[in-house]
Amino acid sequence: MTEKKTKRRDFLFTATYAVGAVGVGATVWPMIDQMNPDASVKALASTEVDVSSVNPGKTITVLWRGKPVFIRRRTTEEIAEAKSVSLKDLKHPEKDEDRAKDPEWLVMLGVCTHLGCVPLDQKGDYNGWFCPCHGSHYDISGRIRKGPAPTNMEIPEYKFVNANTIKIG
Amino acid sequence: MSDHEYTPKSKFGKWFNDRLPLLTLASHLTDYPTPKNLNYWWTFGGILTFCLLTQIVTGLVLAMHYIAHADMAFDSVEHIMRDVNYGWLIRYIHANGASMFFLAVYIHIFRSLFYGSYKSPREVIWIIGIIIYLLMMAAAFMGYVLPWGQMSFWGATVITNLFSAIPLVGEGIVTWLWGGYSVDNPTLTRFFTLHYLIPFLILGLVVLHIWALHVPGNNNPVGIDIKKPSKETVPFHPYIVIKDGFALLMFMIVFAFFVFYTPNILGHADNYIEANPLVTPAHIVPEWYLLPFYAILRSVPDKLLGVIAMLSAIFILAALPWLDTSKIRSAVFRPLYKQFYWILVADVLILGYVGAMPAEGLYLLIARVATAYYFIHFLVILPVLGFKEKTLPVPLSITEPVLGGSPNLAAARNKESFNK
Repeated sequence: MTEKKTKRRDFLFTATYAVGAVGVGATVWPMIDQMNPDASVKALASTEVDVSSVNPGKTITVLWRGKPVFIRRRTTEEIAEAKSVSLKDLKHPEKDEDRAKDPEWLVMLGVCTHLGCVPLDQKGDYNGWFCPCHGSHYDISGRIRKGPAPTNMEIPEYKFVNANTIKIG
Repeated sequence: MSDHEYTPKSKFGKWFNDRLPLLTLASHLTDYPTPKNLNYWWTFGGILTFCLLTQIVTGLVLAMHYIAHADMAFDSVEHIMRDVNYGWLIRYIHANGASMFFLAVYIHIFRSLFYGSYKSPREVIWIIGIIIYLLMMAAAFMGYVLPWGQMSFWGATVITNLFSAIPLVGEGIVTWLWGGYSVDNPTLTRFFTLHYLIPFLILGLVVLHIWALHVPGNNNPVGIDIKKPSKETVPFHPYIVIKDGFALLMFMIVFAFFVFYTPNILGHADNYIEANPLVTPAHIVPEWYLLPFYAILRSVPDKLLGVIAMLSAIFILAALPWLDTSKIRSAVFRPLYKQFYWILVADVLILGYVGAMPAEGLYLLIARVATAYYFIHFLVILPVLGFKEKTLPVPLSITEPVLGGSPNLAAARNKESFNK
């Protein structure tokens, strides 16, 4: 066998493997991607909530994308407490101003960042939320203070459509 | 298997066997030489096969009546319990069958640990077994989600969220697993599909497990290699078949007790409340057979490290044949290992207990100590023990201790000299 023939065959093998790999990839990807959120799930991406009946010191829970969202109308003491916390005491340092655009309203995903349970309102060591699953304590700004959760509770995208309506998503 | 010569007696049998050697296989299975000193801890392989077939048959029936849809799943399970003829019985067998399956597999695994059945040349049997165990956990977890009760929903949420601990891609993987932004109908339908698939994968692996077993043959309580067939072996049929059958009957009494007298004791009352994404039950607990791993997860205060510790606790078992450096298989001849073995058993039971308790105060402290000990056992004690331990003399054949009335050689020898 001459050297030239071997090279030609090598080229054919490589070309065949390359085309084969592309073919396998193109076949496997739809099989994987079909498990991602479908069009009907994505279509439910935003929710409008009427908050006119929420009094100071109360929290309502609404469902958005299958997840609970806490909307708390905070009292002046609670706002003062949230602002007084030093960033050095926080595991995931975030200013209260950055979490609540309007300090009276705290809108956040009611999902513990540890393993996804719904924390209980006004429980725990920091007057905020307490997750019963694995014992994470959150303060009145929804920031993680104690327990296994790695980060603060997430703030979803939201805006006030008018004085009484919040649009989440 | 190739060492087996077999010729069917009938002409048709010979004709068929030449084309598909099924009769040779059947003959191999009945004549398979088994060490004659196997004790009742060796009957759990047969019991586990029974458990798998029970789950497949009852599961098939349940699937005829169950509806995998978030709006209908909970009601369809109640429909099975109240309306379907004998539906209550079939569902209780299936639900308790999962617990019985794990009970048997834990005894089977700890049998291997005691008698060193995972050691050379049986490493592949052991690793296939660990893969089966992993698949069992996946099947059990997904099966628990199907009734769509509160524990189903929140158990699914917590377990799938474990993947969110993976840096960068974690959240994407979780969304992909869910097929949405939370556990919902797409999650339920895919879990049902996989729950249906996995038992058949296990069945295939069980065939490989037994095939790999039949190459070196069974380990035995003395843990030495034996010649086979020889005076030290008995044919699988009828000796082992009868013994396995008797043990299976005893096991079925326990099984029936749970099914008929306390069918819900191993479940959780919260799962009779329909799934509600807005309310997490006050106390989330997995099924009893996952509690030790749950305790390990919770004992680590960091999310990613907790998940890594929990998975390592399972995968470390696959490395066991190489972590245990002792050449002696059976704990009977390893006085120190025997003690550490029982400490490990106690450690796992303690982990199971604290896994069911709230993760705070003393429970958390105990969980941390027990988790640390679990890893120390496999990563420090076992490798060191192989070099340091003074083992007892191992008999040359299994007949020696059997005739002496004790598996301990020294005791057997004393008896022999006494008889002389």
